Amino acid sequence: MNTTAETLDNPPESSGHASRAIGDRLFSGVSWLAAATVLMVLGAIIVMLYIGARPAFEKFGFWHFLTSAEWNPVTEVFGGLSPLVGTLVSSAIAIIIGLPVSFGIAVFITEMAPPWFKRPVGTAIELLAAIPSIIYGMWGLFVFAPFFADNIQPALTDTLGALPLVGELFQGPPLGISVFTAGIILAIMIIPFISSVMRDVFETVPAELRESAFGVGCTTWEVVWNVVLPLTKVGVVGGIMLGLGRALGETMAVTFVIGNSHALHAALFEPGNSIASTIANEFTEADGEVYTAALVALGLILFLITFVVLALAKLMLIRMARGEGRAS
Amino acid sequence: MFKYVVSSVAGVVFSLSAMTPSHAQVMQIDGAGATFPYPIYAKWANAYRKATGIKLNYQSIGSGGGIKQIKKKTVDFGASDAPMKPEELDKYGMIQWPQVMGGVVPVINLPGIDSGKMRLDGKTLADIFLGNITQWNDKRIAALNPDLSLPDKKITVVHRSDGSGTTFIFTNYLVKVSKDWEKKVGNAKAVSWPAGVGGKGNEGVASYVKRIKGAIGYVEYAYALQNKMTYTLLRNKDGHYVAPTAANFQAAAAGAEWDKARHYYLILTDQPGDTSWPITGASFIIVYKKAEHPEKLTAVLKFFDWAFHHGADMADKLDYVAMPDNVVEMIEATWSKELRTVDGKPVWPADTAQK
Repeated sequence: MNTTAETLDNPPESSGHASRAIGDRLFSGVSWLAAATVLMVLGAIIVMLYIGARPAFEKFGFWHFLTSAEWNPVTEVFGGLSPLVGTLVSSAIAIIIGLPVSFGIAVFITEMAPPWFKRPVGTAIELLAAIPSIIYGMWGLFVFAPFFADNIQPALTDTLGALPLVGELFQGPPLGISVFTAGIILAIMIIPFISSVMRDVFETVPAELRESAFGVGCTTWEVVWNVVLPLTKVGVVGGIMLGLGRALGETMAVTFVIGNSHALHAALFEPGNSIASTIANEFTEADGEVYTAALVALGLILFLITFVVLALAKLMLIRMARGEGRAS
Repeated sequence: MFKYVVSSVAGVVFSLSAMTPSHAQVMQIDGAGATFPYPIYAKWANAYRKATGIKLNYQSIGSGGGIKQIKKKTVDFGASDAPMKPEELDKYGMIQWPQVMGGVVPVINLPGIDSGKMRLDGKTLADIFLGNITQWNDKRIAALNPDLSLPDKKITVVHRSDGSGTTFIFTNYLVKVSKDWEKKVGNAKAVSWPAGVGGKGNEGVASYVKRIKGAIGYVEYAYALQNKMTYTLLRNKDGHYVAPTAANFQAAAAGAEWDKARHYYLILTDQPGDTSWPITGASFIIVYKKAEHPEKLTAVLKFFDWAFHHGADMADKLDYVAMPDNVVEMIEATWSKELRTVDGKPVWPADTAQK
């Protein structure tokens, strides 16, 4: 009873050993439960999606469903290739446009902007993230699509469309309603996410590192590329994945501008479809088991895509860490 | 404290016992389904509540959704723009009747061409929506419109992206007038469109057509009117070019032989008659034959009976067409013949059934 260890273990002001242990155990139990709930919900979603999608997979086969572009509610023949391609292509366009812009914004705010200018720009970006997606959709349909159709699309078709190989991508009727438009709207929607995450992680880089890099004569670009980015790449990749995740699952804004056509085209200016917009359009009126199952199957595929994207991001981080080990 | 508990429990028991008798006044009826008749159902519901105090809660979630909900019995009635197949109604023990009618109208966006100037026939319309006719100055369109100077403009087809009763009525017409359409596309609430872009809802199609020069789409008549869209004339079965008007929808319904159609399974497209508008359709109400809650079913029937007898003017103002009197009589006869409580008593007419 008189040893120091026991005194430390049982300080006089505490109400007693036993009750503390109970509190601790209770807390750990609650934490466990909270963590387990996430896994259970995830598992339940996968199981429910699978059960719902099974009639479609049984009728068409998983691979055939993935590779067929026929979507005919009259004959009840369904293939998910067109929405699948539309989802991947529009999200890819969003990342290709959104990533450099977000990077630029984050670098500007953390490295170059005068202090009085940082706050307004940062707040403006956060406000962009708070705009509901339906507003982006309506703006896209009524403002952006006509402008794009009249001014940008013809120019792109005349220039990029004349190139060999990639020229095929930039063809299509001048409607402004297309997979490409959807990609641009998505880019605008994910820029706030990616850039605010990038800005936050860039700001975690210690000032000493930056200053010493400047001290040995680095340019701003060299500091960003060789000091800031290597230190923050985990956060940067995380931010990109957050944006990509939003782009893949975005529904309302895409439905407004993508054209909602199940035909599969190589050209980006043709109307297309995404998984989320197909489900939003057709679920309420889907009668018949196979039709509903085909839509649920699309949902399951979207779930798998998101899973694969996250897994790839993790793999990329692991490989980057390994490469670093060899270099040093 | 104890006193308070006792009195509140007593209050609950009292209110429960007040609710249990089967002839209790039903204060709210719930329905779900078709979006096309939503404006008129909402108007009727509002007037009916003022007249009787009974509230109608109608959710316009789409015809397919309405059918799903009534099958699950989460609502008192379902509503659908496409009639359910008689076999399916029999399987579930349900009946349906047409409540209100309307028309589907082709709308175009061609600068310089006004409403009611462009003439189309069924075959040409089908060829446009099949993607066989791609230019407005195509000779097949020009042949029907010798007086119009047609622009050298690409046709952009606009269709519904969501499943819809409007699409059902429209494709039903195209199947009747074009063998090609029947073979390649067919008739359903959602089809595999050979051409064009899809807009969600009537308003989606309307906004695309208004935005895209050279577009053609199809919307409910009320949407065409409210959005001041350019509609076309259509050649009907008797070979006359007619405009979409309430009178012409009624003309299409006048010759319809509802008594010969089992479960009122009748689609009013391509009907004979001098002035019949060829793409006319009815919107249907679906209920279970055997009422688990007869007082609810009676309330539903009373509402629709009231709408049949007092709602025609309101329907007219919103560009819908009320059912003709002889059809209403037929429908109410079906109610008293088919609808029963669980123990076999009739539910309609309401005053005899309530005793």
